[in-house]
Amino acid sequence: MSALVAELPALQVAVPLLTAPIVMLLRDRRLAWAAATAASFTAFAIAILLFDAIGTQGEMSYPMGAWPAPYGIELHVDAFSVMLLLIVTGASSTALLVAGASLDTEVPGERQHLLYSAWLLAMAGLNGIVVSGDAFNIFVFMEVSSLATYILVAGGPKRQALTAVFKYLVMGTIGATFYLIGVGLVYMMTGTLNLADMEQRIREVTDLKPILVAGGFITVGLALKAAVFPLHAWLPNTYTFAPHAVTVFIAACSTKVALYVLLRFDFFVFQGNLVDHEAQFSGFLLPLAILAVLVASSVALFERDLKRMLAYSSIAQIGYVLLGASLVSVTGLTASVVHMFNHALAKGGLFIAVACLAMRFSSLSLDSLAGAGRRMPLTMAGFVLAGASLVGVPGTAGFISKWYLVLAALERGLWGIGLVALVVAGSLMALAYLWRVVEVAYFTAPTVLEARAEAPWWMLATLWLPGLAGVYYGLNPDMPIELARLSAELLLRHLQ
Amino acid sequence: MDFLGLYNYWVFALLLSTGLYAVIAKANLVKKLIGIAIFQSAVFLLYITMDKVDGGTAPIIQAGAVDVIYSNPLPQVLILTAIVVGIATTALGLAIIVRISETYGTVEEDETQELDRE
Repeated sequence: MSALVAELPALQVAVPLLTAPIVMLLRDRRLAWAAATAASFTAFAIAILLFDAIGTQGEMSYPMGAWPAPYGIELHVDAFSVMLLLIVTGASSTALLVAGASLDTEVPGERQHLLYSAWLLAMAGLNGIVVSGDAFNIFVFMEVSSLATYILVAGGPKRQALTAVFKYLVMGTIGATFYLIGVGLVYMMTGTLNLADMEQRIREVTDLKPILVAGGFITVGLALKAAVFPLHAWLPNTYTFAPHAVTVFIAACSTKVALYVLLRFDFFVFQGNLVDHEAQFSGFLLPLAILAVLVASSVALFERDLKRMLAYSSIAQIGYVLLGASLVSVTGLTASVVHMFNHALAKGGLFIAVACLAMRFSSLSLDSLAGAGRRMPLTMAGFVLAGASLVGVPGTAGFISKWYLVLAALERGLWGIGLVALVVAGSLMALAYLWRVVEVAYFTAPTVLEARAEAPWWMLATLWLPGLAGVYYGLNPDMPIELARLSAELLLRHLQ
Repeated sequence: MDFLGLYNYWVFALLLSTGLYAVIAKANLVKKLIGIAIFQSAVFLLYITMDKVDGGTAPIIQAGAVDVIYSNPLPQVLILTAIVVGIATTALGLAIIVRISETYGTVEEDETQELDRE
C-alpha cells in the first residue's frame, strides 16, 4: 500500500489521460459515459488518498522516470495542491453523474464518446497543472486542458457556442503564451524550470529586471486564463453556450486552477526574491478584485438569461478569491483558498440545477421559468440551497469563506472596513440577483399551467449532493479550513 | 546599449506586437488566427535566441571532439513541444472556423455578431 501511495501523484494524471483514448474507442455513448465516470471517480479516490497521505507526511515529491529534480520533472503535492485536486476531481465526478442524461438532450448520441474523451483530457490537464512542480510542464498541461475544454464547449447545441469558443481559444492562447514568455525570461536568467529550484536560483541573479518583467507576463497571462476582471470577456458566453453538464465541470474548477498557478508563482517563486513584491501584487490585483465584485454583480442583476447571470456571478466570485489573496495575510489567503472550495460547491450545485431545469424547460431565460417552483419543486429547492451558500447565509459553506474574508479585511485596520462593506454589498447583490430567479420560479404565475415534472431522480440526487455538502461544510468547516490554512502558510512562508 | 547585438530580441518584440495587433484589430477570424500564429512564433524565436551560445555548435556529441562549445539544447526541446501545442491550437481554431462558416455563412466577426443579434 505504501508503495502505491508514492505513485499516486503520477496516477492522478495518468488514470484520466490513459482512459481518454479508450473512451474514444468505445464509441457507444453509454459505455463511454460509464468508463469516463469510472475514471473520474478513480481520480477522485486518488485525490482523497493523497489528502490522507498529506495529512501524515506533509509534502510529497515524485521524480518522473526516477530522474532527480531539478534535472528531471518533479511532481509536487502539498496541502494547496490537494485542495485543488479535490475540487477538480470532485467537480468532474459530480458533473459526469448528470452528464449522462443531460448530454442526451444536447449532443447527438454518435458524437458523445468524443466529448467524454475530451472531458477526461481536460481533467488530466487540470490535475497535471496542479501536481506538476515544473514551470514548462504546467504550460503543456494548461494547453492540454484548454484544448480539451474548447472541444467540450464547442459541443454546445447552439451556434453561438462556436463564436464563444473561438473567443475563448484566442484569449486562452494569448494567456498561455504570455505565461510562456514569462517562464522563458525566468529560464534565461536562472537556467532552471523547476519551481523550487527557480526560487533558489533567482537569489543569485544580480539584474532582477527580467524577473520583474517575467512576473508581469506570468501574472497577466494567468489572470487572463482565470477570467480576472477586466480580462473576463471570454467567460460569460463560454459558460452560457457550453453543454449544461460541461458548464458544471468548468465553472466549478477551471478558473480556480489558473488562480492556483498564479498564487503559486507569485508567492512561491517571486515573493522571496523581488523587493516589495507583495505591495505590487496587491496594488495590481486588489482594485481588480473590488471592481470584479461590483461590476460583475451589477451586470448579473440585470441579466435576463439564467446561465449568463450565473456566469457573471462566477466572475464576481473570482473577485472574492483575489480579494483574499491580495490582502497577503494568512487569514486572507485562508479565506481565498477556502472560497475556491465553497464556491465550487455552490456554483456546481447551481449549474446542476440549471441542467435539471433544462431537462423540462426549453428556454432558460428568466421569463420562461415562471412557475418552475411548482413544476419542479425539488430542483428549485436544490437551487435555493446552493444559492444560499453563494450568498453566504450563516449555516452554509459560503458564510465561512465570507467570514474569513471579513476577518482578513479587519486585520487591515480602518480601510479594511471599506472592504467589509464591499463583501456585504457583494453578498446583498448576490441575494438580489438570485432572488429574481426565486421570484420568477415561485411567485409568478406561468402562462401555461403545466403538470409537475421533475428531472430524473439521479439528477436530483446529484443536485442535492453539493447542496448538502455545502450545509455540512457550513456547520463543520474544519476540513476545508484546515487545508486552506496550511495552504496559506505554505504560500506565505517567505513573509514570516 | 548594444542595439544591433540584441536584434533578435527586437524582432521578437516586433513579431509579438504584430501578432497581437492582428488578433485585436482584424474582424476576419482566419486573420485573427494568423495573428495568433505570428504571436506564438515570436515566443519560439525568444526561446531559440536565448539558447544560442557564441561560437556554439549543434549539441551533438561527436567521438574524438574535445573542447567543443555546444548551444543549449533544452530550449530547443521546449520549443519543439510548444510548436506542437501551437499546431494543435491552430488546427482546432481552423476547425472551429470551418464550423462557424458552415452555420453562419461568414467568417467575419462583426457579421456573426450581427446574425446573433437577430
